[in-house]
Order: sequence, then structure tokens, then C-alpha cells
Amino acid sequence: MSFLPFAVAAWLFLVGLYGIVASQNLIRTIISLTIVQASTYVLLLSIGYRTGGQAPIFADIPATSNAVDPVVQVLMLTDVVVEATITALLLALAIQAHKRFGSLDPHELRALTD
Amino acid sequence: MSRRTRLTFFGVAVACFGTVLVIGFTGLPPFGDYHGVYGQVLNGVAVSLRHATDIVTSLNFDIRAFDTLGEEFILFSSVLGVVLLLRQMRKEDEQESEEGEQEGEEEHTFAGASEALRALSLVLVPTMIAIGVYIVVHGALTPGGGFQGGVILAAAPLGVFLGGRYLKMKRIAPDTLVESGEAIGALGFALVGLGGLIFVGIFFKNFLPFGIPGHLLSAGMQPIASIAVGLEVAGAFVLAWTEFLDQAMLMSDEEDG
Amino acid sequence: MHITALPIVVPMIAAALLVSVRKWTPRLALDSSAISVGVASVTMCALILARTAHDGPFAYWLGGWQPKHMVSIGISLSIDPVGAGLATFAALLVTAALLYSWRYFDSIDGLFHALMLIFLAAMVGFSLTGDLFDLAVFFELMSATAYSLTAYKIEERGPIQGAINFAITNSVGAYGIFTGIGLLYARTGALNMAQIGAALDRHGTDPLVLVAMALLFIGFLTKAAAVPVHFWLADAHAVAPTPVCVLFSGVMVELGIYAVARLYWTIFAGPLHAHTEELRAILIAFGTMTAIWGGVMCYSQRHIKRLLAFSTISHVGMFLCGIGLLSADGLSGTATYIVGHGLTKAALFMLAGVLLHRFQNIDEFDLHGRGREIPWTGALFALGGILLSAVPVVTLFFGKSLLDGASLAAGYPWLPAVFVFSSMFTGGAVLRVAGRVFCGWGASKRPLDEEQAHQAREEEPEEQASRGRTPLLMLLVPASLLAAAIVIGVIPGAVPGIEVAAAHLRDHHGYIGWVLRGHVHFPPAETTHIAGYDYLYGAGAAVGAVALAALTLFGQPLLRRTPELLVRRAGIAIMAFRRLHSGHIGDYIAWWTAGAALLGGSSLIFLR
Repeated sequence: MSFLPFAVAAWLFLVGLYGIVASQNLIRTIISLTIVQASTYVLLLSIGYRTGGQAPIFADIPATSNAVDPVVQVLMLTDVVVEATITALLLALAIQAHKRFGSLDPHELRALTD
Repeated sequence: MSRRTRLTFFGVAVACFGTVLVIGFTGLPPFGDYHGVYGQVLNGVAVSLRHATDIVTSLNFDIRAFDTLGEEFILFSSVLGVVLLLRQMRKEDEQESEEGEQEGEEEHTFAGASEALRALSLVLVPTMIAIGVYIVVHGALTPGGGFQGGVILAAAPLGVFLGGRYLKMKRIAPDTLVESGEAIGALGFALVGLGGLIFVGIFFKNFLPFGIPGHLLSAGMQPIASIAVGLEVAGAFVLAWTEFLDQAMLMSDEEDG
Repeated sequence: MHITALPIVVPMIAAALLVSVRKWTPRLALDSSAISVGVASVTMCALILARTAHDGPFAYWLGGWQPKHMVSIGISLSIDPVGAGLATFAALLVTAALLYSWRYFDSIDGLFHALMLIFLAAMVGFSLTGDLFDLAVFFELMSATAYSLTAYKIEERGPIQGAINFAITNSVGAYGIFTGIGLLYARTGALNMAQIGAALDRHGTDPLVLVAMALLFIGFLTKAAAVPVHFWLADAHAVAPTPVCVLFSGVMVELGIYAVARLYWTIFAGPLHAHTEELRAILIAFGTMTAIWGGVMCYSQRHIKRLLAFSTISHVGMFLCGIGLLSADGLSGTATYIVGHGLTKAALFMLAGVLLHRFQNIDEFDLHGRGREIPWTGALFALGGILLSAVPVVTLFFGKSLLDGASLAAGYPWLPAVFVFSSMFTGGAVLRVAGRVFCGWGASKRPLDEEQAHQAREEEPEEQASRGRTPLLMLLVPASLLAAAIVIGVIPGAVPGIEVAAAHLRDHHGYIGWVLRGHVHFPPAETTHIAGYDYLYGAGAAVGAVALAALTLFGQPLLRRTPELLVRRAGIAIMAFRRLHSGHIGDYIAWWTAGAALLGGSSLIFLR
């Protein structure tokens, strides 16, 4: 049971990859990328958890109480906001793709084949 | 590759990759049993060292502030990219359609923006702003900080939009102002770090006086950093959303006529 | 050293300022401020490099958070000669690219300059940092600016697709890196590279460390465009504006290789000490695949920028073999080669940009003979081709000789042949293009892949007016870069300096010492002498490149003599190989998964 969060993280990574490979719509591809991203968040947060730990905010609780690891939370929190903007960039690219190619199917994006 | 080939190839690859991942993950300490030294040290000393009660914010805006600088600029450049991609396109579209004039004068409302929604947005928008500002400023004390508060602040103009007044939203948050605000936020954070270099000789070293932990004006440079980041994040998201909404407006205009 | 953080922060501040005032700033002010910031960065990085050369490597703890009892609390900029050197190199190329874009673009707004400056800051930060998560942050920053810069010419279809493929592939690589960081953090409780290395020294190898290594490596190798995660590079290079391609090929992919080397020597060298041979084999396998795949693809291209992109991939294969040799000469050879290659490739892209600027076309066959009006460009282009084949005594030659020596010492006598193959095919391809475009030699049509020609025509040129004259600056900058590529190798003390720098990079225990304790250690560095057979290899590769180009241009009668069946079979095989590069993002990520599985699987099986 204690392996479950990590299994979920691994599963999300793999499912996200599948989404990117199998989608026929660019928007779905981008959302699948978001799922891969989510897997890293789940992994990081699960790593830092301590059973019975409080949030690392010592406003009400004494500074010596058991708290979860704050470092992974820091790693994750800036990442969430940042990846949201990168997703925005990708979606803007998708809008452009729709305008230039007339379609959102990756199969139809044929400007760069070899 | 044909779709079938691709999926078969991927199927084999992902089976192997999944096995590799799971084997790696089995080496992790059991869930809930983590004893990393970095986190434990920080939990123990950060309050006394930084006079801040929120360790996460202390990490973000003081101890690991350099990471946050980098992340902030990722935000900054991604939003620049969105602006680059969509604004150019909008100029083109406006040139194509002759409706440039008309568009500026019509008020865009969404069908279905009922009176109830408008009344609710009237109540919600100031509340959102207040909560956003509170969370930004109290970053060092309670859960929150620039990033979280900034996103809430960015939602406020969106509330105006939802209430059905798109152009009012643009009037509250015109493009140039928002862009400048975002740039100033990014600049502000870097300048806080520079202040450390100029006043106490090391980049990002704290140079403001600490107060009493738990009081608003404590934790040195953290509140200022928090405000700078809040400004930047709010600006970034408003800018991104405005660009996308402009695009949507254009497309719905094209559809209508 | 007080200015240590400044080469990273000053460009960021300048970029933010540029964005806020860009609406009211004339073009000249934008260009000159961007270029001056670039020059300032180069100067600061050079000063830092001088400090490391003189007093040895040092760590700058941001915020003043010194480590206590070998536990790091803050983020350090752990600066050794290789890092400082790469930072200087990156700053130099960005400044050169900004100078070039002064005359290349007819109208750009402050967004381009701001993005370039942030890109510069990211690359410098990436080279100087000593913290693993900080490395990932600067990796993301480099990537985010690169995506926007790739899609700069949004009026065309190619850049959109190229940027999408680039963004999705690199993002998946980045998430692999974050997963690897999570695993290492779980094991060691540290984010500082020196501290992680020290902690792993105590524990040894187990599956978690191996999988973390594989994930980190495949992530950084995605940026470095090694096979099979290289597909995005050709797409991105084909469509990004020329000054941006200069940076991608010149220094951005090299930073991926640098990261792999840094991570190995700082973090994994300790636990994997007993398995050096196996890891060497794995890395060299990937490197060889990349070098050969890149070389073959390079030679078969007709889109000149794609051709140069694949030549970069082939050279990345050489870099990967070089660091994969896990030896002193391997490292110093790779570092020297990176300098020579970066300068040469940057110049070649700039010259290709001259062609694009003038003719709005970058297809080798469409441009047949048209380059006769710009002979100087042609001469420089041909010179670049010769340099790429690592002819004696240019910088590239010294790098290659060190690599040859390292291969023989490590027990890989066939590896120099792979290097020769790569040099011949990449140099030969450039020479062939020079012959066809600037002298009008060879055939003027190739119906087999006409559709590639469509991609090479600029749909909407960056300027509307006709371009009869090529601005002098657009030739001066690449000429100076080529001159540097020729001369640096023979400057006394340059190559030995690189060898000393490489020795610092390899010094695992020394690194932990000077980062966490402040004790500087000067590891011994042996200066390698160039053997006679190295000159033979170098000259041979150059002659081979010329011969290959000549054969392709003039060898039609010879082709008629060979059996038609053989020619047709070879043609079909090569076309099938090229079709793999379909432009479809699903294919690319499927290959990514395969590459990650291959690297992870081989690590788990052979390194236990």
C-alpha cells in the first residue's frame, strides 16, 4: 500500500506518453503532456510526505513539531505555475497551427517531412 | 509511420520503459517515511534564521531565491511567446477583415451572461482582489506567497469578463499596462537580489531588517519579493488570457459575419 | 568574486527593461543595448574564467548560505574552468548572433532581443550552477525561450510545426529530468550536486540510482539531440530564424552534452566506479549510432539548413562518444572539438542565412549556380566545409586528435574510423553544397525529393524589397568566427588550458572538496602530444570530404556504370530512412520512449 502513490506517478507518466503518441488532435496531445507533468508532481509530493506530519507552517504549531518536507513543495509549486504558462505557449502554437494548416491533426501537419 | 506501426512500436517501448520506471521506484523510501536531511534541517532552523513562519515561502524567496528567479523568467518568456504568437496573428486578421473599426466599438457580451451572474461577479471581483493581495503579502506567515496570490489576482479581471463586459476588462487591464506591470514584477524580483549584492555584498543575501516572526513586516526581503512575484504572475496570466480571449473574439466574429 | 551572479542577472534585467519600453524605443537603440549587454556578459564571464584559471575553481553561495557540516542549504554557483568557459562561449555566440541580426532582420521588435537576452542568461546560468534543480530550472528557461524563438516567423507553416515538435519533445525530456531529480532527492536528501555525489559515494549502486541516471541522461540527451531523441532538431533548425539556429547548433545542444558529463563526474562516478567499462560501452553505442545516422541523413539532404542540422547531430554523436570514453583525453578532446565546431557551425548557418536573405530560398538544387554573384560567401562556405572535416591544424583537428588518442587508449580502435566517417560526410556535404550553389557544378534538379524543395522556399520573406546587396556585417561576423575556429587551436596554451579544465571536471573528490569545504585542489593534467598518425587521419578525412563532394557533383558517368538494381535499392533504403523523420509528433515521442527504455534497460542490466 505504501507503494501506491509512486505507482500512480509512474502510471501517469506512461499514460501521458501514450496520449501524446496516440492523439489525433493537437489539443489532446498538449493535455497529455500536462498529464506527464502531473506525474512529476505526484512523485515529488509523495516523496516528501511524512506520516503524521503537519504542513511546514509554524504559525500556530511549535517549531519543533513533525512537519512534512518543505523542499519538494517548493520544487513543485513554482513548477505548477511555470508549466501552466508553457502549456499556454503550446496552445497558442496550436491556434496558429489551426490557422495555417486548417487542421489540428498531427498527421495533417506536413510542412516538415523528410 | 502508419498509425498502427507507431502504436505497436510505442507499445513495446512503453512496456520496457514502464518496467524500468517501476524498478527504479521500488528503491524509494516507503511512503510517509521520508528522512531527508535537507528538509529536516530547514524545518528546524528556518524560523529562527529567517523570522518567517512559512518555511515554503522562506525557501522560495530567500534560501532558494535563485531558482525562483529562473522560474519567474520562464513565466515571463513563455508569456512573451504567447504575445508574440497571437498578437501578430491578430494584426493580420484585423487587416484581412474590414471590421477593424466596428470591433472596437461593439461591446462583446456572452450570450447567457444573466443578471445573476453579473451581480455575483460584482461581489466576487473585489473579494478576489482582497484575498489575492492578502495572500501575496502574508506569504512569509501563512500558506501563500507571490505565486499563489498572483494567480488569484489574475482571476479578478477574468471575473469582470465573466460578468459579461469584455471591453470593460480591457479597460481595467489594457495590454500595455499589463505588459509593463509584468516586466516590472520580473525586474523587481531581480532587483531584490541585486539589492543583496549592492548592500551586503552577496547576490540575494537578505538586506532588510527582520521583524518578529508572525508579524506582517518580518522576514526581511521576503514580503517585497513576494509582491514582485505576485505582480509578475498576475500580469503574466492576465496577458495570456487576454491574448487568448482576443483570439476567441476574432474567431467568433469571423463566424458571425 | 562579486560579479559572479551578474552575467546571469544583468541580461535578465535588461530583457525585462526592454520589454517594458519597447513600444517607444527605436530599432537602433534596441539593437545597440542588446549587443552591449551581450558584450558585458562576455566580459564578465571571461573575468570569471580568468579567475578560475588563476586561482582554481570556486563556489559562490547565493544568499550567503554557506554549507554547514557538508550539508548545503542554499544554491551554489560551482564554477570551474569548463563551466566558465562554456558560459563565455555562449555569451560570445549570442553577441555574434545579435550583431548578425542587426542587418539580417529588417524589422524585429524588442521581443526578439528580450528573448535572446533571456536565452543568454539561461545558458550562462546552466553552465555555472552547482545545484541539480537549478540546472533543471535553467534547462527549462533555455527551452521556453527557444520555443518562442523557433516560432518567430509565425506567418509560415514550418515554424509552427517545428516549434510544436521541439516543445513537446523537449518538455518530455524535462519531465524525465524532474523524475530523475525526485529519485535522487529521495535517496540522498540533497539537491546540491556535490552533496548528492558525496552521499552516493557512501551508498553505491542500486536500481534507483541507475534509473535516476538513465532518466537524467535521456533528458539532457534530448536537448543534445542524440539518437533516438534527435528528431526535433532538424525540424527546429529548418524553420527557426538564422541567428537562432546559430545558437542552437553552436552552443545549446552542446550544453546537453556538458550536463551529461557534469552529472557523471560529479554524481555518478563514485557509485559506478566498478562499472566504468560497461557504461563506456553504452554511451559509445549511443554516440556511434548518432554519428552515423546523422552523417547519412546529412549527406542526403537538399534543404541546406536541415543539412547543417543533421551535421550537428552527427557531431553530437562524436561529442557523446568523446565524453562516453570517460577519460581525460576524451573530455578535453570533446571540449576542444565543441569550441571548434560551435564557431564553424555558427559561421555556416550565418552564411546560409546570407543565401536565404538574398534569394528567399535555401534549397541546394533550386539555388544551383545562383551563388556565383556572391563569391565571398561561397569561399567562406567552402572554408567552413573544409574545417568541418577537421583538417590539420584547425581547432577541430586538435579536438579530434585527442579523441582518437582517447579511443585507442580505452580499447576502441574502430572509433576513429567512425569519427573519420562523420567528418567526411558532414564536411563533404557542405563542400558539395558550395560547389553546386556557388560554382554551378553538378546536376540542377533532383526529382526524387522535389517536395522537400517546397519547404525550402520562403513563403513570406522577412523583407519585401529586393535585396541586391548583402550587408557587409553579415559576412564579417561569420568570417571572424571562422578565423577564430582556425586559430584557437594553435594559440600556445589554449589546448593545454582546456586539458587542465577537463582535469578539474573529472576530479570527483576535488569537486566535493571545493564546493562543500572551500578547499581548492589542483588535479594533475597531462598534456597530450599529437601523434603522426593523427595528421594522417585529419588529412585523410579532409581529402575524403573533397573526394566525396567531387564524386557526387561530377560522378554521373560513374553512376551509370553501377548496376541499376543496386542504385535503386540504395535509393529506396535511404528514402525509407528519411521517411522516419515524418514531422509527426507521435512518432517522435514513440522514439523517445524507445530511447528511454533502451538507456534505462541497458543501465539496469549491465551496470548492476
